[in-house]
Amino acid sequence: MKTAVYILVMAGATYLIRMMPFAFFTKKIESRFIRNMLYYMPYAVLTAMTIPSIFESTGSLLTAAVGTAAAFIAAYAELPLIVVALAAAAGVFAAGLF
Amino acid sequence: MKKRREFFGGVLAGVPIALGYLSVSFAFGISAVRAGLSCLEASAISLSCLTSAGQVAGVDIIASGGTLLEMAAVQFTINLRYALMGISLSQNLHKSFTLPHRLIAAYGITDEIFAVCSVREQPLTPAFMYGAVMISTAGWITGTFVGAFAGSALPEAVTSALGIVIYGMFIAIIVPAAKKNAGVLFAALLAAAVSVGCRHFAPKISSGFTVIICALAASAAAAALFPRADEEEQVSGE
Repeated sequence: MKTAVYILVMAGATYLIRMMPFAFFTKKIESRFIRNMLYYMPYAVLTAMTIPSIFESTGSLLTAAVGTAAAFIAAYAELPLIVVALAAAAGVFAAGLF
Repeated sequence: MKKRREFFGGVLAGVPIALGYLSVSFAFGISAVRAGLSCLEASAISLSCLTSAGQVAGVDIIASGGTLLEMAAVQFTINLRYALMGISLSQNLHKSFTLPHRLIAAYGITDEIFAVCSVREQPLTPAFMYGAVMISTAGWITGTFVGAFAGSALPEAVTSALGIVIYGMFIAIIVPAAKKNAGVLFAALLAAAVSVGCRHFAPKISSGFTVIICALAASAAAAALFPRADEEEQVSGE
């Protein structure tokens, strides 16, 4: 039962920090600088999560690099999201065969 | 129906997230069982928390018998970035996104769901977000359960190929935008540099904090150096 209490606190804290700003912050931000920041932020977040972690995501630097290159080429060609994502996996899988 | 189209749009956008989550949560399931949790407990954590770094840290605290205060404090810190993302999302919500919807949808703010919700041009609807959250959550819980239950039964080649899917999706979002917009390119390059720097020179900084540092530094620098013209910004949705 002790674990259940831990889980409850864990879930509660995680929910609160997500919910409070999203539910109750309703006014438009006036500052142009902040609005610009918010525009760029998702790209910064995504890149920070991708690099360097992508190179550790498969357990082998080589297969990860091949997968990354495949995804990059597919993304540069502006293929659909799911195609790019699967191209990365296909690259890893193919590189793993050698 | 427009709502239905939005919902399925969200589901579609969530498919790569779900695939990626499957492999990450699979690993979480295995490690949670190793730390002494039951399969059910591990799955309950994934269902109720829906976050990677926070869950790993949480399981550590449970395993080492930490205090509840420590648990709350650690979750707050690691997940602080979700507050930032919530504020960002709040700026471009469709008017149908009322308070009850926000209270429910807040559950699903993760890095990946934030990403697919925030890079759309049109205001975010509850239907789209629910679609993305539902399929992603399904992947997250399934992966945890299977990982906890069946341990290391899946062949290595499959799990390692699955491990990269989610990053492939990130690349699919970043690269086309960076191609068209110098500010985005700059923000991405700077974030990558700071991220590598943190990992290399300050490995003690948690991954959650690294994301916060990169997000703030790179977006502030890009906003200062590449201010956008007012017209191209959202005036939509009131």
